[in-house]
Amino acid sequence: MPEPFRRLTAAALPFWPDNVDTDVIIPSREMRGTGKTGLAAGLFANRRYRNPDTREEDPDFPLNWPEFRAARIWLAGANVGCGSSREHAAWALAEHGFRAVVAPSFNPIFFGNCVRNGIVPVVLPREVVEKLGSPVTVDLETMTVTGADGSTHPFDLPEEARTMLREGLDPVALTLKESDAIARWVEADRRRRPWAWRDLVSAPAAGPADQ
Amino acid sequence: MGACRGPHASLAPALVNRRPRTLLDRIWDAHEIRPGLVAIDRVMLHERTGAAALKALKSAGRPVVRPAHVFAVMDHIVDTRPGRGDGTLMPGGEAFLVETRAAARAAGITLFDVNDPDQGITHVISPELGIVLPGLTLVAPDSHTGTQGAFGALAWGIGSSEAEHALATGTLRVARPSAMRVDVRGRLRPGVVAKDLALHLIATHGARGAEGMVVEFSGPAVAALDMEARMTLANMATEFGAFSALIAPDETTFAWLEGRRFAPRGPLWEAALQDWRALRSDPNAPFAKSIEVDADMVAPMISWGTSPQHSVPVTGRVPSAAAAGLAPETHARALAYMGLAEGQPLMGLPIDGAFIGSCTNSRLSDLERAAAILKGRRVAPSVRRALVVPGSQAVKRAAEARGLDRIFRDAGFEWREPGCSLCFFAGGESFGAGERVVSSTNRNFESRQGPGTRTHITSPEVVAASAVAGRIAAPWTLP
Ligand code: SF4
Repeated sequence: MPEPFRRLTAAALPFWPDNVDTDVIIPSREMRGTGKTGLAAGLFANRRYRNPDTREEDPDFPLNWPEFRAARIWLAGANVGCGSSREHAAWALAEHGFRAVVAPSFNPIFFGNCVRNGIVPVVLPREVVEKLGSPVTVDLETMTVTGADGSTHPFDLPEEARTMLREGLDPVALTLKESDAIARWVEADRRRRPWAWRDLVSAPAAGPADQ
Repeated sequence: MGACRGPHASLAPALVNRRPRTLLDRIWDAHEIRPGLVAIDRVMLHERTGAAALKALKSAGRPVVRPAHVFAVMDHIVDTRPGRGDGTLMPGGEAFLVETRAAARAAGITLFDVNDPDQGITHVISPELGIVLPGLTLVAPDSHTGTQGAFGALAWGIGSSEAEHALATGTLRVARPSAMRVDVRGRLRPGVVAKDLALHLIATHGARGAEGMVVEFSGPAVAALDMEARMTLANMATEFGAFSALIAPDETTFAWLEGRRFAPRGPLWEAALQDWRALRSDPNAPFAKSIEVDADMVAPMISWGTSPQHSVPVTGRVPSAAAAGLAPETHARALAYMGLAEGQPLMGLPIDGAFIGSCTNSRLSDLERAAAILKGRRVAPSVRRALVVPGSQAVKRAAEARGLDRIFRDAGFEWREPGCSLCFFAGGESFGAGERVVSSTNRNFESRQGPGTRTHITSPEVVAASAVAGRIAAPWTLP
């Protein structure tokens, strides 16, 4: 379960081309295990390393600059996290220590994956994102972002996302509290759409699906 | 005071009932437990993320709530070379298969294992087996799950944590997306296929033209498509930025599904049909966005850059940044990556590789159309590598029964086992850096098919013709 997020001031990585897809965030080759960990070193691997195999760093990529090595906020471009829906992108960011992404727009799947993994997705206009500088403060109590120059910008989050991030909550636990409502829906639906319930439909014929 | 009561008080219920609804509304309303919480009818997992989701659930001590409604398949990183087992070319890949198998067994869900007669790409086998049905909600941790919306089901891609949520609770916390309509008038011209329509749409309206919305494809040109073509179209909605795609089910849909392994039978089939016939948008249903496309204007298409939006007619040239509606840096980067210059014609560009496969274009009709072009012809010697990967074991068997494998092999194509294969680079097999590849897949992002590989996405026909010519070519230009 993610740590509760209230307010964070940290170095902010400036890497804001539009359409940075999940493969840029973590190339599929870097997803070696079946779990959620061991991904931080693969973060931005194709940009961060001159040679991803030897891990020879590319000095041009800002994550390798001393001031951004410990960045916990990413200043990104529009449609960030597009491409494959792999949640590894959020896991890799979180494992590396990122707790917020500030961008003009998010791919919706990536937005949700951020929230579930304790990363605050902040939508702000491009002009603002590119002028924030570093360090940046993200405050979930006041729902504002403050740039290095002291300028403060309000942002929005769906209420549920905000609650989950602030409380460090696991969505499954939240939903299981609503088991009664779910059970009532199931009971009604089995009467309404019996064809959708596999135990009400006769057992499937074995064998291949050729027709 | 009576006179001031106003008409709305007494008319309100009638108005609510008559409020015109979209197909999306109909499916959503039927699944909404409360706003923001919807019931999920089917979950499909694959080995790349399936083990992770099942393992995470198990370690949290949470069972899969309805194992009979959950299916898993080996497709993403499974080897596609003949004679395969659990070994993969992706380093460490075997663990994904072994762990998914163990986790699927422990959870009691249906698994289509490596060489199961029903194995194949998730979005190909789900319809083949009647797992997806009109009106269902179906989720999978894969961004092209919307393919299955071709059947009038609401199917969308989710992350692994959402998969855990769906498995553990049979629901998802998700806000109702908005609906967009793409009305396709007229009729596709002969030789123009669903893939061309999709690329035309994305090139015209941008890779974010449907951002976050459920796109309902409608109109005479869509109704005229067979189910395989509808799946190709719905598949590409992901590249249009869509949350998912929908096509209202019709007699074509029902005929295709009847008798499939997991489809309802007998009286329940009849009950289902009755429900399914109501699955359509009302005439004046409110769409957040609506566009019209003239199918007659669509030409065979191919991509020139590094987004599906970067597409032009195959007879076209690499456009200027202005003509493509791109920022100059984006345009320059795409050209540099692809090794192309503005104004260059696409036709005639020498290619190194050809790939027919993926959840976009790996079904029997796709293979048939490509084979018709390859019959009696050979892949040009300059093409280093050409392969065809059937989308499923069922497609492979049917193709072999028709002798298509022979045509592909005689032409110089490799004939593979079903899976995602070189649709994406998983760390194992790949095309080479700087190699130009024509591909029937859905994504031409940088390094999608291998580090530095230059992918041109197009229809299976253009892939086949280009393989023969050794250059990007349209079928009608072959000698
Ligand atoms: S075939 Fe390609 S696009 Fe389709 S599910 Fe597999 S990897 Fe994804």
